[in-house]
Amino acid sequence: MNTPATAVERVAESLRLMEERHAGRDGLNCILWSDADAALAAASERDTRPERGALAGVPYVVKDNFATLDLPTTCGSRILERYISPYEATAVARLNAAGGVLVGKTNCDEFAMGSSTEYSAWGPTKNPIDMSRVPGGSSGGSAAAVAAGIVRIALGSETGGSVRQPASYCGIVGVKPTYGRVSRYGLVAFASSLDHVAMFGRTVDDAALALEVVAGRDLLDSTSADVPVPPLRTEAGRDLEGVVIGRPQEYFPKTLEPRIAALCDRALARLEARGATVREVSLPSTDLAIPVYYILAPAEASSNLARFDGVRYGMRITGDGLRGMYEATRTSGFGPEVTRRILLGTYVLSAGYYDAYYLRAQEARERITRDFRDVFDSGVTALFTPTAPTTAFKFGAKADPYEMYLNDIFTATANLAGVPAMSVPVGRVHGLPVGGQIIARHFDESAMFRVAYALESALGAEAHQ
Amino acid sequence: MAVTRDDVMHIAALARLALPEERVPELVAQLNGILKHLELLQELETAADRIDASRSPGDTDEPAPATRAAPAASLAPTRLRPDVGPPLPLATPREQFAARTLDGTVAMRDGFFIVPRLATHEGDEGAE
Repeated sequence: MNTPATAVERVAESLRLMEERHAGRDGLNCILWSDADAALAAASERDTRPERGALAGVPYVVKDNFATLDLPTTCGSRILERYISPYEATAVARLNAAGGVLVGKTNCDEFAMGSSTEYSAWGPTKNPIDMSRVPGGSSGGSAAAVAAGIVRIALGSETGGSVRQPASYCGIVGVKPTYGRVSRYGLVAFASSLDHVAMFGRTVDDAALALEVVAGRDLLDSTSADVPVPPLRTEAGRDLEGVVIGRPQEYFPKTLEPRIAALCDRALARLEARGATVREVSLPSTDLAIPVYYILAPAEASSNLARFDGVRYGMRITGDGLRGMYEATRTSGFGPEVTRRILLGTYVLSAGYYDAYYLRAQEARERITRDFRDVFDSGVTALFTPTAPTTAFKFGAKADPYEMYLNDIFTATANLAGVPAMSVPVGRVHGLPVGGQIIARHFDESAMFRVAYALESALGAEAHQ
Repeated sequence: MAVTRDDVMHIAALARLALPEERVPELVAQLNGILKHLELLQELETAADRIDASRSPGDTDEPAPATRAAPAASLAPTRLRPDVGPPLPLATPREQFAARTLDGTVAMRDGFFIVPRLATHEGDEGAE
């Protein structure tokens, strides 16, 4: 039996792997903050509990935009350098209550704005599969920590695909639950109508376990839904009789890399072999997703990030008077991508442009949501698509901001509509992982996991070949 | 809709950012590059457009609506729950408080409750 029995042994092993696999600044740069002594002390405490809990001493990491006690919460930004939160996120508290032990905070694009983890103030994270490539983003640090084998479970956050896309690039499982399924109390806000707590697992079962623990109503977050959380791990081993899988044509454009399309079609064939029916469907407003996303997300971000003013959190740079202090702090504290998005968001909300951009985007968002509703109402249980249009790219390959934004083309729709979606490994192209995405109806994570478990089992080792 | 250098300086001021002069040309180019892709939405027929299109030629003398927000919103009104809640816990008429006093006397005067004198105030001038 290789699995360490006690929490202390499990955490010590994770800390050892962190060293061995160079998780720090000079290596993968996936773990930003870690306190080995505190983690071992927490593990000892878990071992004394009469009930071991669902996680029973499992070590985990969280993205640096979750509030935690004791370790810094910087969101990958200089403006929050050395900031330590006075409270902790509900998702973190629930993992701890279930016996989990936090062993580190992970690198991310600054304020979760990015698709490659190249935009962190603390330097880029490397992909453990190929160190010359990005791990995806913005939750790239969490993805790399799981892919490197340091932990089995990690929390990330999603606004446009920031967990599913890195899961695809790193060959692991990434889950974005339904909007409202998991409390966001203690998750630093980027775009509140799109932000989700999301999770990585090395396997489908790891991710299901993490979601089961953190899901459910929380009085500290009024946007968390009062909807019963079904057991998800019981979906393992079920066949797919009666399940209808939709293959949306808009997610398989002619320009899609043929080898990625082929791996997705192989996955669909395996699902059919397990009893599912595959049906061609259409989500006609899909092409609006990126323009809509890059209006709404920056608009909300420009408002949410107004709080970082040098008064309430983090760093302060003295300037000429109060306004001069605001400007000096924000200009020096925010990196280039955050600055771009604040400017873009301020522009689309400003007088004279609001109707042309923001209002139209809201209406287009409703169309995207309606597309999903219509296709699920037509009898489709779940949709299957590629997670991302490419495999992990080289550092610096996406110099044009909009080219970087197009990475979210298959994932942003689920954030805009609020439906649950997850990425599962379906194979490799030239040694680089490819993820397939499963999307289900609001609050139907059970169906999503039923398909995911079946796919993982049907592909077996082929998912990583 | 392209942004100019002045637009960028204006929105930077609104966002409390003091952009160094040398960064402005690059930001203008990048924002215009992004906005060009967002133009796709301008082709979308919105509820406001449909209202405009339904106006007969005779209506053209009417002043245009100040913004399109109002008509679009009026087509799809947001549903709100009734603005009601349980009675406020302290919303009790004064008379009920008076009736509850143990010895039945009216322990109120001029709309105020009469309470025992505080020991520390004994002997104060003007106190009851």
